[in-house]
Amino acid sequence: MDLKLGHYNKDGIEVVDVEGEIDVYTAPRLRELLIDLVNKNNYQLVVNMEKVEFLDSTGLGVLVGGLKRVRAHDGSLDLVCTQERILKIFRITGLTKVFGIHETVDQAIAAKKSEK
Amino acid sequence: MATVEVTFTPLPAHVRTARLVATAVARRSGVDEALLDEVRLAVGEACSRAVEAHRRHCPAEPVRIEMTDQGERFVVVVSDHAPAASATAPASAAAADGTTGDSVGDGSAEVAREPDPGTAIPAGFGLAVISGLADDVRVSSTSSGVSVRMSWPSSATAD
Repeated sequence: MDLKLGHYNKDGIEVVDVEGEIDVYTAPRLRELLIDLVNKNNYQLVVNMEKVEFLDSTGLGVLVGGLKRVRAHDGSLDLVCTQERILKIFRITGLTKVFGIHETVDQAIAAKKSEK
Repeated sequence: MATVEVTFTPLPAHVRTARLVATAVARRSGVDEALLDEVRLAVGEACSRAVEAHRRHCPAEPVRIEMTDQGERFVVVVSDHAPAASATAPASAAAADGTTGDSVGDGSAEVAREPDPGTAIPAGFGLAVISGLADDVRVSSTSSGVSVRMSWPSSATAD
């Protein structure tokens, strides 16, 4: 399936809902959304990947790019993901050490608040 | 030995089609269901790399995938016609993030010059992902292009 994107603000943290496949074709749309959010001064991001069906290195590159952008403003980008097949690509690339990965959006938000 | 060959114009939209075909042929060849996600991701990575290379060097040339059921192994070969140097270029990972020239841009050229293990995607990342997925990966570079050969156990050896 194609990529569906949405976002909302909860407790001052911007949550990005991603559904579908993130690959070389669709990843630019996610990139544009993340850039747009940062340009609108949203530096605390949670990307909810619970409905992501496919993620490749292109998608990882976009997420890392988003992380770089928010870090430039002392922000952070955390992920919500419990799907083993998606987590596997984070593990084999070592990116589990780069991103905060949580089981629910509420947990991700709580973790961000505790960091403040 | 049955072979399915697919050629496609180097457009990102076609990579998904290539993934789907490879997964279907792998299933048909008896690759274990538990390995199909790995096949799908690895073939997608190889095709993404080839598409990026073709778009830079030879956008009119098609990318070629060859899928062969060799009895005990399911073999996929993704071939491109781009110069061999592109084999280690980023497999579109950082390039997909696009922007270059700003202070936080992470375009492929910048990443290649200033690798930062903490926040950047290094060159050859797509191939590294493939290596982590397939237990047998061979990358061949010749003057006519690069081919990535991957294989997985199929029905004869899969439990």
